[in-house]
Amino acid sequence: MSYQAKFRVWRGDAGEGELVDYTVEVNEGEVVLDVIHRLQATQAPDLAVRWNCKAGKCGSCSAEINGMPRLMCMTRMSTFAEDEVVTVTPIRTFPVIRDLVTDVSFNYEKARQIPAFDPGDAKPGELRMMQEDVQRSQEFRKCIECFLCNNVCHVIRDHEENKPAFAGPRFLMRIAELEMHPADRSDRRNIAQEDHGLGFCNITKCCTEVCPEHIKITDNALIPLKERVVGRRYDPLVWLGAKLGIVKKSEDTPSA
Amino acid sequence: MTEIERHSYDVVVIGAGGSGLRAAIEARLQGKKTAVISKSLFGKAHTVMAEGGAAAAMGNVNPNDNWQVHFRDTMRGGKFLNNWRMAELHAKEAPDRIWELEHWGALFDRTKDGKISQRNFGGHEYPRLAHVGDRTGLELIRTVQQKVVALQQEDHREFGDYEARLKVWAETTVTRLLVKDGRIAGAFGYVRETGKFVVFEAPAVVLATGGIGKAYKVTSNSWEYTGDGHALALLAGATLLNMEFVQFHPTGMVWPPSVKGILVTESVRGDRGILLNSEGKRFMFDYIPEVFKDKYATTPEEADRWYDDPDNNRRPPELLPRDEVARAINAEVKAGRGSPHGGVYLTVVGRMPGGAEEIKRRLPSMYHQFKELADVDITTEPMEVGPTCHYVMGGVEVDPDTAAAVVPGLFAAGEVAGGMHGSNRLGGNSLSDLLVFGRRAGLGAAQYVDSLGEDRPAPDPEDIERARAEAMAPFERMGGESPYAVHAELQQTMNDLVGIIRREEELVRALEALDKLRARVANVSVEGGQGYNPGWHLALDLRNMLLVSECIAKAALERTESRGGHTRDDYPEMSPEWRKINLVCRLAGDPDDPRVEIRRQEMEPMREDLLALFDVDELKKYLTPEELPAAVAAGDGEGASQKETAGTETEESGK
Amino acid sequence: MSTVEAPTKKRAQITAKTLRTDNWLNYPIFIVVLFTAWVGYATFRSLMGKYYWVEEYNYLTPFYSPCVSSECVEGSAHFGTFLPELPFFIPLAAVSLPFLLLFRLTCYYYRKAYYRGYWASPPACAVREPHKKYTGERRFPLIGQNLHRYFWAAAVVVSLINTYDALLAFTDADGGFRMGLGSLILLGNVILLWGYTLSCHSCRHIVGGRLKSFSKHPIRYRAWTLVSRLNERHGQYALITLGSLVVADLYVALVSGGVISDPRII
Repeated sequence: MSYQAKFRVWRGDAGEGELVDYTVEVNEGEVVLDVIHRLQATQAPDLAVRWNCKAGKCGSCSAEINGMPRLMCMTRMSTFAEDEVVTVTPIRTFPVIRDLVTDVSFNYEKARQIPAFDPGDAKPGELRMMQEDVQRSQEFRKCIECFLCNNVCHVIRDHEENKPAFAGPRFLMRIAELEMHPADRSDRRNIAQEDHGLGFCNITKCCTEVCPEHIKITDNALIPLKERVVGRRYDPLVWLGAKLGIVKKSEDTPSA
Repeated sequence: MTEIERHSYDVVVIGAGGSGLRAAIEARLQGKKTAVISKSLFGKAHTVMAEGGAAAAMGNVNPNDNWQVHFRDTMRGGKFLNNWRMAELHAKEAPDRIWELEHWGALFDRTKDGKISQRNFGGHEYPRLAHVGDRTGLELIRTVQQKVVALQQEDHREFGDYEARLKVWAETTVTRLLVKDGRIAGAFGYVRETGKFVVFEAPAVVLATGGIGKAYKVTSNSWEYTGDGHALALLAGATLLNMEFVQFHPTGMVWPPSVKGILVTESVRGDRGILLNSEGKRFMFDYIPEVFKDKYATTPEEADRWYDDPDNNRRPPELLPRDEVARAINAEVKAGRGSPHGGVYLTVVGRMPGGAEEIKRRLPSMYHQFKELADVDITTEPMEVGPTCHYVMGGVEVDPDTAAAVVPGLFAAGEVAGGMHGSNRLGGNSLSDLLVFGRRAGLGAAQYVDSLGEDRPAPDPEDIERARAEAMAPFERMGGESPYAVHAELQQTMNDLVGIIRREEELVRALEALDKLRARVANVSVEGGQGYNPGWHLALDLRNMLLVSECIAKAALERTESRGGHTRDDYPEMSPEWRKINLVCRLAGDPDDPRVEIRRQEMEPMREDLLALFDVDELKKYLTPEELPAAVAAGDGEGASQKETAGTETEESGK
Repeated sequence: MSTVEAPTKKRAQITAKTLRTDNWLNYPIFIVVLFTAWVGYATFRSLMGKYYWVEEYNYLTPFYSPCVSSECVEGSAHFGTFLPELPFFIPLAAVSLPFLLLFRLTCYYYRKAYYRGYWASPPACAVREPHKKYTGERRFPLIGQNLHRYFWAAAVVVSLINTYDALLAFTDADGGFRMGLGSLILLGNVILLWGYTLSCHSCRHIVGGRLKSFSKHPIRYRAWTLVSRLNERHGQYALITLGSLVVADLYVALVSGGVISDPRII
C-alpha cells in the first residue's frame, strides 16, 4: 500500500532558495501535508510549514502543489500517480519567510482598511433579520482566510506594484458581505472602487477556482459588488436622477 | 547575546481564540493597553473547529427556556462536579454575549420571526444553540476578530496608530510567565518568524490557550493544543483543577492517517448508523450495562423498529451514553475484533429507506467529509471509527467572578480554565463559555490593573535570562533525541494508558513511563536556526504536554470513581463522597526540578437557591444525605416530578 | 524597526512561468478558436447581405433581425423600414448585430473568456501573464464595461424581437398555425437566447440583487432567486447560444439559398 514518492519542495528563506528533491514514503489515504510532516520527522526536521487544524477549516496550510494554489491538508496523494513528481512551493504572491511559510501580513493590513460593520443605532438583542436577508453574506462568512484567492489573483500575483491599490478578492468580498448585511448602515461602494481596487478585477474567476470553501467569490460577491458600484458611480441614469434630485444619494463611508 | 526586546502593556492575553480575543476586547474597552499573543496567525485558532453552536437561553425557539433551565442542564451534564457559580454566571450571561456578537456583525441562522435561531443538542432541555450551519466556531472567531479590527480602527482614528491600544502578536509563543514576589510581572516568549525572544512587561496576564489534546495520539484538536496555558500556570505557581476529566468522543475517524481523530457526528448513529466489528457483528447488544437493560433494545429487530416508532420500542444500543459506546469499541478492538486500522465499523450502507440519496441528504457534511478527506463513499462503504480525545474539562483553578487564578495578576478563561463544566461538558457550552468568561477575565484583569496603581511588579532580569536559557537549550544539546520521536511516544503512552478507560495498574505504568519521558524531553536536541523552526517549537511544547500529562495521570489514579470524562474500570460507580472533592494539581519540590503533586480539596456547597432548582430525587443521585437541602433531607421528596437527567449525553461538535 | 521584526523579505524566487502540470492551455485555446471562428462566420454572413429571409415560411435569421432598412427584402421588415437604404460600406446586419455583440462583449462571462483567451491576462490560474503593466477595467476603454446593464436592456429588446420572429415562423399568411423544422430551430434558439439574457449578472442585480433586504420585497426576491439559479449556468448559455445562433442562421441561409428544403411538420 505504501510507496516511495518523489517530492520537490522549495527550501530557502528571504527569497533565496531552490527546489530540493526528496524521496519519501507515502501511505494509503494520506494528504500532501502528511507527507510534508513525514519529511519533517525523518529527513528535514527544520522544514518550515504552517498548519493548524488539518481538516480544511482553519486555512493555514496554503501552498502551491504542482503549480496550483491549494490547502495541503485537502490535497490527497491519491490524486497523483505514484511515479509523478509532486512539487510543493510557497504561495507566490507573498514574501517568503522560510520554506513553505510566507508572510501574509498584506492581508491583515488590508483587512484593517475596510470600515467595520456599522449597526447604526440598533442595540444588542434588538436586531431582527430574516434568513433570506442574511444568507448572501453568510456564504462569504464561510471564508477561512486561507488567502489562496488573494494569492492566485493575477492583479497582484503578476504585478507587485498593484498591491497598495488592491485589496484582493478576500477583502472585496468582505466589502460585499457588509454591503449585503441587512443591518449595516454604511456605504462602502465608493471606496471599493477608489481605495480597494475593484476596478482592477477582470473577473477571470481564478479566486473562485481555488477557493477551498467553494464560495462563488466572483459570481456572488465581486460581480454584484461591481454592479452596485456601477449604480453608485457609472450609471448615467442614476447620475441624472441624482442631479434632478429624484435619486437619493447616500453618504460614502471613508476607508478606515 | 543581543538585547531582548521589551514591550509594556497593561494586560497581556495569551491565546487568540474565542476567549482570548473576547478578553482582549474587554480589556481594551476598559481602556487598558492590551496585547494578544497568538501562537498561530490571527483568526486561525482552534475555535474554528466548533460546529454545533453556542448555548444561550435566549428562549427564541422555546420561550420556556431561561437561565435556570440552562443551569440545571449544565450541572447535570457535569454530574454536579461543576463549579456552580461558574455554571450560574454562564447560564445568566450567555444570551447577552450572543446578542453582543450579533451587534458586532455575526450572522447567525434565523428563526421565522427574524430572531437568532436555536437548535436542539444533547443534554439541553430546549433548543438552545445559536448556530450558523455547522460552522458556528468560525463565525464566532471571525466576529471577535473583526471586532478587534474595529477597535484598532477607532484607535487609528484617535492616535493614528492601529496598534496604539490593542496589538495582536501573531505567531508568537509564550514559554514562561514572569513572576516577581508572587505576582505576575510579565511573560517571556519568542516570535516564530525570526525566533527572536521578546519580553512582555505586564502586571496582568490572561491565559486563554485552550486545551491539551496534542498530548494524545488520536485527537480532534489542532497542533496548538499542547497545554501551554495549563503548564504556564503550573510553572507560575497556580493550580489546576480536576485534570482527570478528559472528554473522549466515541466516534472519531481512524483512517486514513491524515484525518485520524476528526469527529464523526453522533447524528450518524441517530440516523440509523450501526456499529459492527470485523466479524460483521453488531456488537453493541453485548455491551448494554445492567442499569440500562430496560431502556435499550436487546435484538436488532427491535432496535431497527425504534427509529420509526420510538414510543413502542426501546432505543438501539448504539445510542447508549458516550462512555459506554467508547468502552465497547475499546473492548472489541482489544479483543482483536477491530477494523484493520484499530477501530470498528460504523455504517449506514443499506440502512436508509431512501438509499444513497437519503444518506447524502441527511448527512451531507459527513458524506462530504469522508468523500473529500478519506475517499470513502459512505453510501457504499462503512466508516472506520474509534474514540478520539476531544476536550479537557479540567484546567486552571479560577475565581468564578473575576477569572483570577491563585497567583495575583494571572487570569484564565475558556478551555484552559477549569471548573465550569464539571466532569463532562455539554455540547454548545464551550462557545458560550469562551464568551462569558473571556469577557470576565478581561474585566477582571483590567480591574486588577486599576487596583495596582503605580505599584507594578517589574520582571526580574534573572528570570528572563533563565527563560532564555531554557528556550535555547535544545539548540545547545548535541546529539539528543528528535522531539518528533519523543512526542510520538508521549502521545502513544497517554493514548494507551490514560485513555478513555482507565485502571490502576495502567495508570501506574503511565506514570512510570512519563517519568522516563521527562528525562528524554529534557534531552531533545534540534538542528537548524531559530527562524521558523518547527522542530524547536515542538521541543519547547513538549515540556508543557509532559506536565499536563502528569497532572492527568496522577489525578486519574487518585480519583477512584467513574464520573463523566473519567472512567475507571476498577471503580465503575459514581460516588457522592467523591463528588465533594476537587483534585488540585500543583508543582512542588525543588523549584529547579519541580514535580507534579495532587491534593484533595473540598468543594464549596451549592447555594440554597440554586439547590432549590432541582428535584430532591435527582439530588439524591449525586449528593450525600448531609448535603441535601435541610428542609427535605428528613422528608420523603416523593411526588416531585422526575425530571429526566441528562446523563452523559453531550454533543460532540458544540465546542 | 524593532528587533523582533524580520528584515524585508522577498517572494520565493521561482523563475518558471508556472509549475502547473495539467493541460491549462486547453481553455484559452478553445476560446480563441471558438470565438475567432464565430466572429469570422458572423462577419462573413453579415457582409453577405442576402439569404437571411425565407419568404415561404416566415423565417428570419436572428443576425438580421430586426430588419429595418429600406433595402430589406420584402416581408422581412416586420417593424417597417424606417431607416433609409444604408451606404454600401455598412452591412445590413449592422443595425441589429452591434447590440447583440455589445451585450456579449461586456458580458461578465465573455470578459473572463476573452481576457484569458486573447489577452492572456491571465492565460490560466497561477500562470504568469506576459504583460508588464496591468490596470484592469479602471480606464477608458475598459471602464465602458460598466455599461453592461444598458446593453442588457437592448438585448432584452432584441430577444423580444427574436421571439416575435420565431412566433411568426409558426404562422402562415392567414395567421393559421404551421410548423417546420426551421420554426423549431428558431424557437429553440430563442429559448436559449432568453436563457442567456435572463441569466445575465446585470439582470440579477436589477431584479433584486441591488436590494439590501429581500424580506421586504418578496416578489423581487423570488425573481432574484430564479435568475440566480439561471445565473449559475450563464457561461454555458453564453457558449451554447453561440452555437444555436449559427445553427439558426445557417439553417435559414441554406433554406433561403435553396440548398436544402425545410421539412414540414404541420
